[in-house]
Amino acid sequence: MNGIHDMGGMDGFGKVEAEQDEPPFHEAWEGRVLAMQRSMGYAGAWHIDDTRFAQETLPPQTYLAASYYWRWTLAMEKNLLKRGIVAADELAAGHSLRPGKPLPRRMTTEIVNAGLTRASFFRQQQAPARFKPGDRVRTVNIHPQGHTRLPRYARDKVGTVELIHGCHAYPDAVASGRGDDPQWLYTVVFDGREIWGPDADPTLTVSIDAFEPYLEPMASGQP
Amino acid sequence: MADRHDDHHPDHGSELSEMQLRVRALETILTEKGYVDPAALDAIVETYETKVGPRNGALVVARAWKDPGFRKALLKDASAAVATLGHVSPVGDHLVAVENTPTRHNMIVCTLCSCYPWELLGLPPVWYKSAPYRSRAVKDPRSVLGDFGVTLSKDTEIRVWDSTAETRFIVLPLQPSGTEDWTEEQLADLVTRDSMIGTGLALNPAERRQ
Repeated sequence: MNGIHDMGGMDGFGKVEAEQDEPPFHEAWEGRVLAMQRSMGYAGAWHIDDTRFAQETLPPQTYLAASYYWRWTLAMEKNLLKRGIVAADELAAGHSLRPGKPLPRRMTTEIVNAGLTRASFFRQQQAPARFKPGDRVRTVNIHPQGHTRLPRYARDKVGTVELIHGCHAYPDAVASGRGDDPQWLYTVVFDGREIWGPDADPTLTVSIDAFEPYLEPMASGQP
Repeated sequence: MADRHDDHHPDHGSELSEMQLRVRALETILTEKGYVDPAALDAIVETYETKVGPRNGALVVARAWKDPGFRKALLKDASAAVATLGHVSPVGDHLVAVENTPTRHNMIVCTLCSCYPWELLGLPPVWYKSAPYRSRAVKDPRSVLGDFGVTLSKDTEIRVWDSTAETRFIVLPLQPSGTEDWTEEQLADLVTRDSMIGTGLALNPAERRQ
């Protein structure tokens, strides 16, 4: 979706303000939210792209005003309700009012270290890779209502395949409940002027990681 | 968080306490339903507060500076190369290291959310997740570098890597001159978090933190 989260190239947000000696968490509740999110992800309650999409579908004014871990909290509440894991009356009561439906796994102290190990997103390929490093490609011009990882600034742009990362779970499918739908993943690099026009910094190149459905081949002879 | 004070509505309490209450309620519900274990939550918080941080990444960079074979392996397959280092936590399957050179500077961003190599750098700082960084890094990285007090030659090529999938990137910064004889531990002291994101450079020997 063309949401407020898709910020690449927007103007007006001001300076980047770095905090010296920033702590991992500014408030204790932030750590609890992160730990609950990791535990529920491990439990199999939802996928990481469900978490992203739940944030993307927050009202833009909420998204911008909320601190980072408050966005996580709001997204977690949405996902709990959407999946029937927790009901609205329970959130209001602050207590469980009925037994929960079972989830595949549970994060416990014994397995925290293993449970925090980053999951693999590699999936079995469904077809040979369509592109190879060096290929010229044009990104598709799509504006889906659902979740996508193709940023607006990089749509309908010509670039070059630079790296091939194997076959991965496809976020656009995962977040809409269509399963992993494995797709090849590439790093595609663009000249800054292709994206931002002739006034762009001539020394700039920008890359995205693009799933194969985001890419179309450039026929030889095309600009 | 300075804008959280709410002098106009004292009866409503602060937004902070509303956050605390809602998060506490969530933890209570999920615990009562058996989905989360409060002791495991404690352990997860402790992990990110005390065990996972940019020192992990700094040790990887220092090894790459010291050992040309490791450097080559890191640039070829960073996940596999880091897995050979016993003192660094597992990084998963999708790590890519990108190398700064005298003519090319790399910078990492996630314009769509907050993707960041947690295992090597710890949790991302607020600025990395903020609208100013996410909006500007892909369009005008030199002005972003300016916010960090970094000025590059105008001829230096700048490559911005937008982390739009599950690949995670780490910058291999340039090794400061005059440190060729240093040990890995000493070199790691020069490798700042920001130098591995690309919003900073490695420290000079004179800047080394004690």
